[in-house]
Amino acid sequence: MKKELIELRVNGRTHELAVPSNSLLLEVLRQELDLTGSKRACDDSSCGACTVQVDGVPMLSCTMLAASYQGCDITTVEGISHGGGLAALQKAYGDFGGSQCGYCTPGFMMTVRWLLANNPDPSDEEIRDALSSNLCRCTGYSQMYQAIRAVIDAEKKTTSHELAGARE
Amino acid sequence: MDEFSVIGKSIAMVDAAGKATGSGKYTDDLSLPGLLVGKILHSPYPHAVIKRIDTTRARELDGVIAIVTGEDAPNQYGILPVGHDETALAVGKVRYVGDNVACVAAVSDEVAEQALDLIDVEYEPLPAYFDPEASMKAERDLIHENRPNNIEKDYHHVFGDPEQGFVEADYAAEARYIANEVTHAAMEPHSTLASFEIDPHTGKQGRLTVWSSTQVPYYLQHKLSLVLELPMSQIRVIKPLVGGGFGGKSEVIPLEVIAAVAARAAKAPVKITYTREEVFWAHRGRPRTIIDLKTGVKKDGRITSVACRVIQDGGAYCSYGVVTILYSGALLGALYDIPNIRYDGYRVLTNKPACGAMRGHGTVNVRFAFESQMDEIAARLNLDPAEMRKTNLLKPPTVTVNGLRVLSYGLPECVEQVITRSGWNDRHGNLPKGRGLGMACSHYVSGAANSIIRSDMPHSTVNIKIDRDGGVVVYTGAAEIGQGSDTMTAQVVAEVLGCSLSRVKVIAADTDLTPIDIGSYSSRVTFMAGNAAMRAAEDVKDNIVNAAAHRMSCAPEEVIISDDRVWKRGANSAESDPQSWEAEAASGHVDGQILRGSVLQTRKNEGAKDHMSFEEAVVAAIDLHGGLTGTGSYAPPLEARGGKHKGAGVGPSPAYSYSAQVADVSVNEETGEVTVHKIWAAHDCGRALNPVAVEGQVIGSVWMGLGQALQEEMVWKDGLMMNPGLLEYRSPSSVESPEIECIIVESIDPEGPFGAKEAGEGSLAATIPAISNAIYDAVGVRLREVPFTPERVLAALRAKRGAKKVEMTEGVDPTQPHTFREHGGSLWFRGKGPQRHRADPARQGAAAGGAD
Repeated sequence: MKKELIELRVNGRTHELAVPSNSLLLEVLRQELDLTGSKRACDDSSCGACTVQVDGVPMLSCTMLAASYQGCDITTVEGISHGGGLAALQKAYGDFGGSQCGYCTPGFMMTVRWLLANNPDPSDEEIRDALSSNLCRCTGYSQMYQAIRAVIDAEKKTTSHELAGARE
Repeated sequence: MDEFSVIGKSIAMVDAAGKATGSGKYTDDLSLPGLLVGKILHSPYPHAVIKRIDTTRARELDGVIAIVTGEDAPNQYGILPVGHDETALAVGKVRYVGDNVACVAAVSDEVAEQALDLIDVEYEPLPAYFDPEASMKAERDLIHENRPNNIEKDYHHVFGDPEQGFVEADYAAEARYIANEVTHAAMEPHSTLASFEIDPHTGKQGRLTVWSSTQVPYYLQHKLSLVLELPMSQIRVIKPLVGGGFGGKSEVIPLEVIAAVAARAAKAPVKITYTREEVFWAHRGRPRTIIDLKTGVKKDGRITSVACRVIQDGGAYCSYGVVTILYSGALLGALYDIPNIRYDGYRVLTNKPACGAMRGHGTVNVRFAFESQMDEIAARLNLDPAEMRKTNLLKPPTVTVNGLRVLSYGLPECVEQVITRSGWNDRHGNLPKGRGLGMACSHYVSGAANSIIRSDMPHSTVNIKIDRDGGVVVYTGAAEIGQGSDTMTAQVVAEVLGCSLSRVKVIAADTDLTPIDIGSYSSRVTFMAGNAAMRAAEDVKDNIVNAAAHRMSCAPEEVIISDDRVWKRGANSAESDPQSWEAEAASGHVDGQILRGSVLQTRKNEGAKDHMSFEEAVVAAIDLHGGLTGTGSYAPPLEARGGKHKGAGVGPSPAYSYSAQVADVSVNEETGEVTVHKIWAAHDCGRALNPVAVEGQVIGSVWMGLGQALQEEMVWKDGLMMNPGLLEYRSPSSVESPEIECIIVESIDPEGPFGAKEAGEGSLAATIPAISNAIYDAVGVRLREVPFTPERVLAALRAKRGAKKVEMTEGVDPTQPHTFREHGGSLWFRGKGPQRHRADPARQGAAAGGAD
């Protein structure tokens, strides 16, 4: 298939790429940009391992045409680390056993990051509900809840400290 | 030694950061210059002779570099020495829908797929066998000519006097149980990258390097050597990160061999990654199992005899089949005290993808039958199911009637723990109708005491190298697949050496660099590779201690190494002045550098002292010995290797893990839906080296058992899988997953590393019967077929009421493809179209608009 020139903005950088017009976003990220953090697992958008954020919204890159997302802000798991180190959520997934084989972890990162950005204090039910877009075959999800809960609690503590500081 | 500084503490896995940031590389994430894509042509027929393969048209396509068929690599292989019945690509005939016929290596996915369509294959279909009981009667058109009646293997074991045992019984229960087929569905689809080097001396194709998603790099190296007729020394297998195995990557999967054969023909590196649908065809999961079980008991519930007949629907190739059917019988023992056992096992071939090893290998389905029948007997004799289990406990140390040695045995405490935590005594039998509690137990090996290939070779070996900077590099062949083996290895070495975990770097599973380890299966790594790591660390530590003793002018026995510090027993500064220690440790890095030169000399001149840093001791040892390396290996002790009867090699293990579980469920009598509210799982893992990882393994096992119990099932129609997708296979999502409380029980095994045993598989088997027993407690129906779908639960409820049976799916099969061509290779995906992430606003819009 003939290639066409597209411009994708990924993790704050703009890339000009020549790709066939039927290229999937996941393929372009993995093969053209070498951003292999987003994974291919189900081929049919049922598992969430390929989740990326498009303008802040989690989407399944394995069934999206890359050319349709020009002009959007795309964030992959490679773009969420904090100052060259682990973001709190990434650290917590390690500490609490939220990832085992790790293949689904990047997808979960993108989904949970969206959840906490939109709902900083979710109930257990809301966390469970949000995670249902992604499949994990190792953990049974339990330790992910602990990790997410730890991040929320730490964030709350920081916020209340900051508030206290501001009052003084 | 009761105080540990590294083990017994919950720590993040050593590779956790790479996983959370996406920087960790799995096989499909790798690339090489000039890399080609490999795509496999699969059989559309369940059983057919290949009359002709014509690749002419496909070869003419621009971008096709090579096409290989069965003739290119006809040597047979198989994971078991007794089951060499596979070839890289089909030779002469195909045996299941999805069998491998040809492989194209091309410059892109698109070209490779086009080429597959241009390969002309002429088949002559043969009668096919899909039902194991029918297949066992076959006399012609056998699946493998050397397997009469399509029976891969049958075993008939008698231990004790089962007939007399039944005579002595006050009551005997007898029933048939069926567990349907399930598969691993690991998140990472199998992937292999194969690349040949050019030999500088001959100028021709030389050594082969293979990167593969495997649990068994050394078996892969061995089988590649058989198929390619290359010496093992010319093959290097590297295991990158593996995205879950559960047994599905514990043998050589067709693509691993095909990629190498294709790379050889293409004279260029080739990568093959399965589609999700191909993963289901590659399978090697848990076979559909028919269990006819009879248990005889005294009035008090004490078991007098067990007779068990098992038929496994093994699919088209042997795979691990002979081992699976043996495990099903052997692990009737070692959980309870059973004086008499009769076992008849049949592993049967059918025209479906091969079954193999899956988490809880061979034990899970039989355990479901056994624990269900115990519950039935308890109900019949009016006994408490928990009490009945206590009545039948083993009295270790002991050797069971079928030759299994049991030393550590935490089952009694596991049972007590789940009784207490679940409120069993008050709640069982007393909950409102529709809600119930069920209990079951299980166990599993901590590695097989006899390896697949019988030899005197140690099962695990570990090497350690320490450099002058105090950095410890551990080389292990053990395959990290997400279970935490690299972390376990680092912990064990750091604990023995008395250094901090951050000093230890693990290099694993690269056949050129690491010493042989037979792989990550049968829950063997912590026990065996852990023991080898411990011995290697002790070996290297001896040299450090000797050098430190020399430097401190004391006996080696007086040297203590802990928390990166080395001191002479009784030295004041060891305990009394921690601040000076901290200061010294803080400056240690600088010291470590300078110590190579003048300061070391100064220290030497200063004469004897009573303490030093870990680096100083290491430098002293290197100066004394000229290098600092250690090695250790592990082979199971002779007395743990089992009896002498035919098939006695499978089942024996140096140690067994134990699990007891209680499930709390409710059953909707209108819809037949079963909801699990909570599962309490107590697991005896000997000692928890990393508690957070043990909990993860136990919870993950229980959760996987829950999936098999309630919703996972491979659905077949004429040899064609009807649900080869992650959505259709119904692996539980977060909303379908209940709270699972893991209770760690530590029995401290005398032979395990620091007392540890397995944690990754043993819990799975108890979950299914715990749920089935809870359903009985809730609504009084006994489900003898797994999974307990709403349809099966409703049917059982209707049968109990004496109502007519309703076939819910009668006449509503929307799929009905009879051939692969109609199926199109991707039936489910085609009709379904892309789904949207649940957070995607377009999905909400689509739902409101009624169309996507």
